[in-house]
Amino acid sequence: MGLKTPLFDTHVAAGARMVDFGGWDMPVNYGSQIEEHHAVRRDAGMFDVSHMLIADVTGARVRDYLRYLLANDVAKLKDSGKALYSCMLNEQGGVVDDLIVYFINESWFRVVVNAGTRDKDIAWLKRFSDKFGVDIKPRTDLAMIAVQGPNARAKAATLIGKYADEALQLKTFVGRELGQYFIARTGYTGEDGWEVMLPVGEAPKFWSDLKAAGVAQCGLGARDTLRLEAGMNLYGNDMDEKLSPLESGLTWTVAFDPPERDFVGRAALEAQRAAGLKRKLVGLILDDRGVLRGHQRVVTPAGDGELTSGTFSPTMEKSIGFARVPVATGDRVEVDIRGKLLPARVVKYPFVRNGKPLVS
Amino acid sequence: MSNIPADLKYLDSHEWARVESDGTVTIGISDHAQGALGDLVFVEVPEVGKSLTKGGAAAVVESVKAASDVYSPVSGEVVAANDALSGSPELVNSDPYGAGWLFKIKPSNNGELQQLLDAKAYEKVVADAAH
Repeated sequence: MGLKTPLFDTHVAAGARMVDFGGWDMPVNYGSQIEEHHAVRRDAGMFDVSHMLIADVTGARVRDYLRYLLANDVAKLKDSGKALYSCMLNEQGGVVDDLIVYFINESWFRVVVNAGTRDKDIAWLKRFSDKFGVDIKPRTDLAMIAVQGPNARAKAATLIGKYADEALQLKTFVGRELGQYFIARTGYTGEDGWEVMLPVGEAPKFWSDLKAAGVAQCGLGARDTLRLEAGMNLYGNDMDEKLSPLESGLTWTVAFDPPERDFVGRAALEAQRAAGLKRKLVGLILDDRGVLRGHQRVVTPAGDGELTSGTFSPTMEKSIGFARVPVATGDRVEVDIRGKLLPARVVKYPFVRNGKPLVS
Repeated sequence: MSNIPADLKYLDSHEWARVESDGTVTIGISDHAQGALGDLVFVEVPEVGKSLTKGGAAAVVESVKAASDVYSPVSGEVVAANDALSGSPELVNSDPYGAGWLFKIKPSNNGELQQLLDAKAYEKVVADAAH
């Protein structure tokens, strides 16, 4: 038996196909995964993401603490509610996890980390917390529902009464505590929408009210195809403790400036950069019939690489993926798919944003 | 619960076989199999005229989630393949025992048909897989 979110019974009653995900019993789909995917691209869909861990980090020196702990720089967060995507690195520059951090006030930041790494992450956060006198409080009293798609905010706003106006004014990548809710204009789909944190006991009713408001229930299957189209990394697939963000398409999330800021993993990243990177993460498109999958071998004139994630893109109606390849890789590669070498194109990602393909 | 028609024969690898009145055998994948795979996006069926052996890889069904080989329940020659699936692989999801059939074989050894599972035995395979 796996861990259960507050919405477990709701998913089972809805006929969801449940699978193990990082030790959690989660819905992979409720029917057609492709229809769930299209619901998010074209209208509105919702995901139970209560398995992710919300933790509040508090203390007078919380900003200093996070500036040391994270590869991105929370000094960029100046307005209350503003969020930042960052990796948390080990001393070797490997990725312990990726996370979202919200600046609420000078003594209170909130982080949201992956489900499969929550215990490891809490231990990592606590490893440095005493030195800065900060307190780490896992918020297991909160559930989280992601409502995503072009009509998601409008539909969800009908359920939050007097907070609707304020919530609808939230800018991209900003969250705010509104009564019992913490509503953030963030997501993992490449569409507009909210991630709503709310008390565990309120989650089943909020979910069923969203359903009644015309929001489609979506499982982890659609979540994966949406994030891949949106060009977003998945921890454990596209990066892990043995790989640095520089080898994982995440250089943009590492704040090397200001140079005097020390952060865990900085020295290792600088050494890696000075020595010259050997591998990079690229986007691939397969024009032939077939589906790119994680761990398939990528053949290039510069040497072999490997698919880290791959799927069928319902929006583009062809297969897309990420691959870690030698730095010298050009714009054409071959992928070993079930024993056959098929040509694939190297492209810039994201593949899809706001319902529209960006590459073809 | 998945649908397991009583008049078909099955393999424990989730293929079904139906003996037609002309003696040919139509083959597809079970409702349980299509549900487990999820939305199909590609189906590769064998060419007409190809000789297949019982238990050999005959077709490939690929869903958003995974690719899976389809094994031939009997030996023989392929006499028809469902070409509609190249444009509409979702027929396997929506109608696995009807419009979602994969290929037809002219069996070379009718004795092999006796070795296949009946619906009740296959039901047990599916129930055991759930635990």
